[in-house]
Amino acid sequence: MALQSLDIKARSATTTPPPDVRARGAVPVAKLIDISKCIGCKACQVACMEWNDLRDEVGTNAGTYDNPRDLTAQSWTVMRFSEVEVEQDRLEWLIRKDGCMHCADPGCLKACPAPGAIVQYANGIVDFHEEHCIGCGYCITGCPFNIPRISQKDSKAYKCTLCSDRVAIGLEPACIKTCPTGALVFGTKDDMVLHAEGRIADLKERGYSHAALYDPKGVGGTHVMYVLQHGDKPELYANLPRDPSISPLVSLWKGVTKPLMSFGLGLAVFAGFFHYVTAGPKEVEEEEKTD
Amino acid sequence: MTNHWVDIKNTDLVLIMGGNAAEAHPCGFKWVTEAKAHRKARLIVVDPRFTRSAAMSDFYAPIRAGSDIAFLGGVINYLLGHDRIHHEYVKHYTDFSFLVKDEFAFANGLFTGYDAEKRKYDKSSWGYQIGDDGYVRVDPTLQNPRCVYQLMKAHYSRYTPEMVATICGTPKEAFLKVCAAIADTAAPDKTMTIMYALGWTQHSVGSQMIRTGAMVQLLLGNIGVAGGGMNALRGHSNIQGLTDLGLLSNLMPGYLTLPNDAEQDYAAYVGKRTLKPLRPGQLSYWQNYPRFHVSLMKAWFGDAVTADNNWGYDWLPKLDKGYDLMQMFEDMGQGKVNGYVCQGFNPLGSAPCKVKVSNSLSKLKFMVVIDPLVTETSEFWQNHGEYNDVDPAKIQTEVFRLPSTCFAEENGSLINSGRWLQWHWKAAEPPAETLSDQEIMAGIFLRVRALYQKEGGAFPDPILNVAWKYKIPSFPSPEELAREFSGKALKDVTDPKDPGRVLVKAGEQLSGFADLRDDGSTSCGCWLFAGSWSEKGNLMARRDNADPYGVGQTLNWAYAWPANRRILYNRASCDPSGKPYDPTRAIVAWDAAAGKWGGADVPDFKIDSAPQDGMNPFIMNPEGVARFFAVDAMAEGPFPEHYEPFETPLAVNPLSPKNPEVRSNPAARVFKDIWPTLGKPDAFPYVCTTYRLTEHFHFWTQHVRLDAILQPEQFVEIGEELAKEKGIKAGDHVRVKSSHGFIVAVAVVTKRLKALTIDGRKTHTVGVPIHWGFMGLTRNGYIANTLTPYVADANSQTPEFKAFLVNLEKV
Repeated sequence: MALQSLDIKARSATTTPPPDVRARGAVPVAKLIDISKCIGCKACQVACMEWNDLRDEVGTNAGTYDNPRDLTAQSWTVMRFSEVEVEQDRLEWLIRKDGCMHCADPGCLKACPAPGAIVQYANGIVDFHEEHCIGCGYCITGCPFNIPRISQKDSKAYKCTLCSDRVAIGLEPACIKTCPTGALVFGTKDDMVLHAEGRIADLKERGYSHAALYDPKGVGGTHVMYVLQHGDKPELYANLPRDPSISPLVSLWKGVTKPLMSFGLGLAVFAGFFHYVTAGPKEVEEEEKTD
Repeated sequence: MTNHWVDIKNTDLVLIMGGNAAEAHPCGFKWVTEAKAHRKARLIVVDPRFTRSAAMSDFYAPIRAGSDIAFLGGVINYLLGHDRIHHEYVKHYTDFSFLVKDEFAFANGLFTGYDAEKRKYDKSSWGYQIGDDGYVRVDPTLQNPRCVYQLMKAHYSRYTPEMVATICGTPKEAFLKVCAAIADTAAPDKTMTIMYALGWTQHSVGSQMIRTGAMVQLLLGNIGVAGGGMNALRGHSNIQGLTDLGLLSNLMPGYLTLPNDAEQDYAAYVGKRTLKPLRPGQLSYWQNYPRFHVSLMKAWFGDAVTADNNWGYDWLPKLDKGYDLMQMFEDMGQGKVNGYVCQGFNPLGSAPCKVKVSNSLSKLKFMVVIDPLVTETSEFWQNHGEYNDVDPAKIQTEVFRLPSTCFAEENGSLINSGRWLQWHWKAAEPPAETLSDQEIMAGIFLRVRALYQKEGGAFPDPILNVAWKYKIPSFPSPEELAREFSGKALKDVTDPKDPGRVLVKAGEQLSGFADLRDDGSTSCGCWLFAGSWSEKGNLMARRDNADPYGVGQTLNWAYAWPANRRILYNRASCDPSGKPYDPTRAIVAWDAAAGKWGGADVPDFKIDSAPQDGMNPFIMNPEGVARFFAVDAMAEGPFPEHYEPFETPLAVNPLSPKNPEVRSNPAARVFKDIWPTLGKPDAFPYVCTTYRLTEHFHFWTQHVRLDAILQPEQFVEIGEELAKEKGIKAGDHVRVKSSHGFIVAVAVVTKRLKALTIDGRKTHTVGVPIHWGFMGLTRNGYIANTLTPYVADANSQTPEFKAFLVNLEKV
């Protein structure tokens, strides 16, 4: 929200080129969520609500620890609790902090028809500029992780900003600052990948032979990554998609069909001009003029 | 904590048992993740529930709530049976070789001296054999059948892995796996930390559970070392301070004890507590008791107390019985209590058996509630529908609510679990008419004193003689109180070895408790805090986290009692010659050249006592060593023995099946009317346990919107198998009923609560988090303690919240 326009790399429904005057450009950043260190305390949910001044409803209990039960326009991150037995008689309680993954190839931005409602910054953060949002919900269709939510109050789409306002002035996101166990860390994407390698080595030493980093290539990699104990089974973690990709509808709309549509539009303009040239301007009847 | 939060990072193995640090102490739990990350430490969780701590563990073993002594007794049996103990440590630093009186014995679940009528022991046989020299007789060969080692070995030989499985329901393989991991830390360069909390304290045998844990640690040589220790995780930001300052009914500040009725003579009172060494060459630090006591009396009464009036001894109350929480509400229920000042406490939620508490409060003439929040207790008389179904017309108690500041609205120190006194500064002005607790208490005191001055009264002396020298009498400032606790010299304090040398000038703050005197020349409100505000200033306010030795003992961060010491008994981290057992984790060592002890921590020892002098590390004990045999310190026996919770699914105690007297703790106080109220397994077949969730803090955060959003509605947890049996699905409402009342809540159906096989029978556990009530911003709920029995630990009188019986139905 607060990063300068000079840092914008991509902008929804915009064909003008992005600004390119900065000398060094931004370093890609990433948040690393180490599920093996997450105690599910929800302090990150609180920090998110506090920093962004959000207050969700006091809800109900639906028979699980998950609360709020799902992402909403007021809850940009939630813990998802999964009880699994990967090995017989060895229960695991996998707790995944869910929220925007900040894809390098963001489906929401691709799908968005409102100019400038979704932007991608040079550091990788994908941000919503709600003042431009028309509430169409295409970003939800475009998101392979089912993250954005439309507010009932103002019909605009909301999601985690990766605290772009904090990051812009050199602070870490609020959730990172509050995490008591160091399950959440933030830095350059390269550093986070390196940190993850250390964590994965530790997990392998403890018997999690499939421990791995979740940085899915189908969306060009993400700027929010997970360390998974069971990297071979991401779906154990409350259905984290194994191989996420942007919905074919979006690709269809913005991919193959876009030139066709442009061609169609151009054709319509050309036909109009041709009609003007051949048939001349529309004459207005005298009697209508006097009305 | 014998150690402290940061020190957990130094460990090789974390055992979380009787606690749930990841959920209840999430910030402190970070040090477990540090130990895992940097020392490849392993985490073992033993708990009735697969908690969020278990989710972080390398290994989890289930256990039935209330059976921890059986489990730990089994561990002791394993360690002794497999000879996996730290031999040099136990030989030199514990009572292994001490000989016990011949009369002492244990049979049928009872130690010698039991009086069934009084439910009390005559402890005269629970002692050592004393030689002609006045010292305890020992057998260093450990062959004498009366030595503590042999007695202990025999006692715990009954705690076989099979017996553990029978009582605890822990599968034998899981139990043995835990034992093997624990046993590995008997190596001098390996250590384990035990983290426990209310999951051990809140049982009718809670104190003995903790003792058993401490015995395991002693066998392994894990007490007094970095990364080791018995670490009580305090559940409230200043509950450590509460006990340190003697806010329990039988204590005075610094764990000095109030006299009882029979102790009318000052010399006898103080003599009994001035413990002489029981072995040659030992320090027996409690020999200084008179210095602590007299300095405390000078802090309380100032010039009014002198040697001539025995330092005001007659003004101290003499206890005819305990006046703990349970006793008070019992007395209140009998109409023996007129008024109740309830300060920062919500007993309607926090005390057992809500209906009894409510009935007792209804008998009061008045109650004063001092709290920042509108507590359920202050509304106990109000009808809140099904959640508090009382008839206000029938309750005559007048309730005064005095709004007080919360911690963020005042200066002061909080004492954390690691005994650190950490000063904090006011972050916000208190709202509206709110006053600090000191202002409220000072206001009450000054008015009461004026009444005594005016009207006399039965016994005005203790009130009229209180020293009250605060700059603003109606508002003793936190800074003045802190200085008073730390203490000052009233006259010049001189060096006993060199009387010409003045150590502290009259009027100056003391530098530590070594400066205290028993001649009235020093004043100190709590000897353990002595030095926390010295002439160097407020040491509690220090925030330098420099760690010159790299073992996390940051001596210039805040102030740790006693004497800024971070790890208690740290002399025991060195071998008898004074060399650290593990040089990579050295905290103190004997420096022969300098002729004194030193290192990363403040030595817990006589600083210039050379190793060859033979002084032993446990200087607070007159023996100089740590005790496996508790002598007469515990109510139910010198060795912990497993007894069932008062509400148990078992008909008998499997360890002593023939003696019905010892099914549950034979020395626990049970009020007469309570016996018939205790639930039986035929009507209430499920084991129930109450606990906290990470999203909430006791009964506070139900008033905080953010926390209310995170856990909005009361729920109970049941296993999938029980749910299936009862036709309950996740999200259904269920009624959980005990012999004392019922609650209705949403069911969370989980794999994390598995049925255990106890004494051959399948036993289910029901989990009840405590955080809801009928006030605040969360959805209204039932007070969890509606369900709990009115019984408590025999030593601390802490209620048995962690193991009782319920039934369950879908509504």
